[in-house]
Amino acid sequence: MNLTLKIWRQANANDKGKMVDYKISDVSPDMSFLEMLDVLNNELIEKGDEPVAFDHDCREGICGSCSLYINGEAHGPDRGVTTCQLHMRMFKDGDTIFIEPFRAKAFPVIKDLVVDRTAFDRIQHAGGFISVNTSGNTIDANAIPINKHDADDAFSAATCIGCGACVASCKNSSAMLFVGAKVSQFALLPQGQVEATDRVLNMVKQMDEEGFGNCTNTGACEVECPKGISLENIARMNREYLAASLKG
Amino acid sequence: MTLDSKIPKGPIADKWTNYKNHIDLVNPANKRNIDVIVVGTGLAGGSAAATLAELGYNVKAFCFQDSPRRAHSIAAQGGINAAKNYQGDGDSTYRLFYDTVKGGDYRSREANVYRLAEVSANIIDQCVAQGVPFAREYGGLLDNRSFGGVLVSRTFYAAGQTGQQLLLGAYSAMNRQIGRGKIKMYNRHEMLDVVKVDGKARGIITRNLITGEIERHSAHAVVLGTGGYGNVFFLSTNAMGSNVTAAWKAHKRGAYFANPCYTQIHPTCIPVSGDHQSKLTLMSESLRNDGRIWVPKKMEDVMAIREGKLKPRELAEEDRDYYLERRYPAFGNLVPRDVASRAAKERCDAGFGVNATGEAVFLDFASAIQRYGKETAHVRGLDENDAALVKKLGQEVIKNKYGNLFQMYDKIVDQDPYNTPMMIYPAVHYTMGGIWVDYNLMTTVPGLYAIGEANFSDHGANRLGASALMQGLADGYFVLPYTIGDYLSDDIRTGPISTETKEFEEAEAEVKKNIDHLINNNGSHSVDYFHKKLGKIMWNKCGMARNAEDLKSAITEISELRAEFWKDVRVPGTANEFNEELAKAGRVADFLELGELFAKDALQREESAGGHFREEYQTPEGEAMRRKEFQYVSAWEYKGEPKDAILHKEELQYENIEVKERSYK
Repeated sequence: MNLTLKIWRQANANDKGKMVDYKISDVSPDMSFLEMLDVLNNELIEKGDEPVAFDHDCREGICGSCSLYINGEAHGPDRGVTTCQLHMRMFKDGDTIFIEPFRAKAFPVIKDLVVDRTAFDRIQHAGGFISVNTSGNTIDANAIPINKHDADDAFSAATCIGCGACVASCKNSSAMLFVGAKVSQFALLPQGQVEATDRVLNMVKQMDEEGFGNCTNTGACEVECPKGISLENIARMNREYLAASLKG
Repeated sequence: MTLDSKIPKGPIADKWTNYKNHIDLVNPANKRNIDVIVVGTGLAGGSAAATLAELGYNVKAFCFQDSPRRAHSIAAQGGINAAKNYQGDGDSTYRLFYDTVKGGDYRSREANVYRLAEVSANIIDQCVAQGVPFAREYGGLLDNRSFGGVLVSRTFYAAGQTGQQLLLGAYSAMNRQIGRGKIKMYNRHEMLDVVKVDGKARGIITRNLITGEIERHSAHAVVLGTGGYGNVFFLSTNAMGSNVTAAWKAHKRGAYFANPCYTQIHPTCIPVSGDHQSKLTLMSESLRNDGRIWVPKKMEDVMAIREGKLKPRELAEEDRDYYLERRYPAFGNLVPRDVASRAAKERCDAGFGVNATGEAVFLDFASAIQRYGKETAHVRGLDENDAALVKKLGQEVIKNKYGNLFQMYDKIVDQDPYNTPMMIYPAVHYTMGGIWVDYNLMTTVPGLYAIGEANFSDHGANRLGASALMQGLADGYFVLPYTIGDYLSDDIRTGPISTETKEFEEAEAEVKKNIDHLINNNGSHSVDYFHKKLGKIMWNKCGMARNAEDLKSAITEISELRAEFWKDVRVPGTANEFNEELAKAGRVADFLELGELFAKDALQREESAGGHFREEYQTPEGEAMRRKEFQYVSAWEYKGEPKDAILHKEELQYENIEVKERSYK
């Protein structure tokens, strides 16, 4: 396949940035999207140009490093995948592909397609944990039986990879799917009950301070989430938040 | 220097308890005056950083990723072993210890492995307390599955993403300490050297990957949880950023490197599809609980399948060769990884590979789908003879167990594994070798520790499935926090370590010199060009089967390639900015040294053991032939060029396990 790529280039956080056109030929449909960018970068380097910077690491859809807004969608046109799992067979010969960074006030661009997502970490610092020390003297794991459905729902919420597609897809740049997933994981488990009140209040407070927007129930986040994190998690977080606010 | 493994005296079952009872402790007030650097935030580094901070030490943690949550432990799939014996199937600490030593082909250190087995049960308790959502049965208790090389069911799991859930558990423990200010986290920082002061590890030099700034960081001890070096093969299941740099710099500063040639080539990975390929994707070993591995018996069927004239599911049962079940009836599809990988290679070398490249075998779920489908139909009182219904129900069960893996496969290969067998082939996955450590997990540099995959100690020549997660968390949560205290108890009066010393200055100057060379080299080829060449040499000559002649030529070729790299690599951009090519160049430079030591180690080890298979040393049936005279750890001391490295031997004693032929028949 021969393709035209329109890629966001921005030298650093202070640079204004612009879209730049690139041609790439002989793209195999079996390549992943990032492998296609590898080929482009190697061509650029051998020509003496600067390669395009993008985040990536595991390349199997689990680390959450890769991002990219491709043709107006977080992680591109396929469903249930991250950009590293997107394959070129989703595109046609002659296509023009727009590649931009995840855009949000809370995700400033570092370079080209690389953004700073440490706001997500800071939300987790505020309460995304159960306060238990690693003494080795906790109770036996099977002393806490957990209803399988709750355990499965907690697991589903916990599969969030923290990529930020929800924020990038949301017209309000809301992080509520991300925060809701972590709040839900612990809300569904007996171990998480003790600190439930503080957790949801602190995490939501930090989320607001980071400059993420609010949720207006559009649901774009759920559609674009590579891990299929459900909107139910936002509803559960709202219930938790309400209950916590009433308790004060 | 002679190697002292510092194994405590006494019966094996009491060693760890006795050790803990007699070490020096640091009182809580003094811990506040002691700094510890932890490099790497995977299961080992993350759990160590969190625990050390809980204990009261001031921790500085470093990772090259943009968040500690993205360390490559996140990608571990199948599960974590623990001798809980929840299934009542005869498991025990001893049996886990025994399986691990035997699985490692009698090339690991007994005392370390026993301790690992001993603390394994604690890990599960700890993780559940942290809210890790392991898979459960309907009664609400934890579920288990089986992994290769064992006869019990001791693997705890969270679908096909156990590593993710465990790492997020360790990450959450870290977050709690970051929030308290006890861990200072440095994301997007790469460690580029260890700094020694008066012979002790007292700090590191890092590069800020956003600004390019070279920084000095000091501490009373340095812990490396920096993972394995599988990416020396270019293509592996490791993350793109996984590298040997931290471990290699430590080696250059005096840490011996042990058994570099012990590499795990995992049997079930998605085969290579073309030259553009950047990495390989694992299909978890847990799939071998339900998938059966086969190739056709007849060459004409192989050809018909390759040409697409015959669908694999159409081939009659009697025309299929379930070669693992045939060769290893006792363990069947659940033989250890090294055995399964070699068996796949044997069939493919004989011409029975089922894809266009001839390097793939089938992993088939049809019979499991049937079995589960019938069982579910029976439980629900539905018609067990309704083929379509049974298939649908069976597929649902498989989806619950392995859904994410099947989806990954479908996306990469563009085939639906519910309806056609997966095609798989071995790929580099894990490195058992690593920095030599004693019982305390301390390297040959005082104050420098190595934990998790970065060290060598627990898996011998082959790691059993679901044991990497166990080891990473055991080291970080339960072992290092004790052993490091014993060392740090001497440092309560030391006070802060200054970075304004000549040792830091020199180390920083050397790092900068290297970077300047790479940036100003202006060669003609990209970093990947050299990395791919190195990978080809490694895979062809140091891969699943090795021989003296190939290894000798690998040594020459790698050293020539290294010279060419330094002359001709092209790194665009500048040193003072986000520059991934520069980071990659530094990593590949170290791989080019490690690769040569790897080949040298493989050449020196004139036996076959676990993942190290020397063609000259095999039984008439083609099984690995171990040799008594090689019952030692090879620990290499750095002396300039890899060819000059000096071998030190740690003899391995087996007092609690009888060393015998490792059979899975």
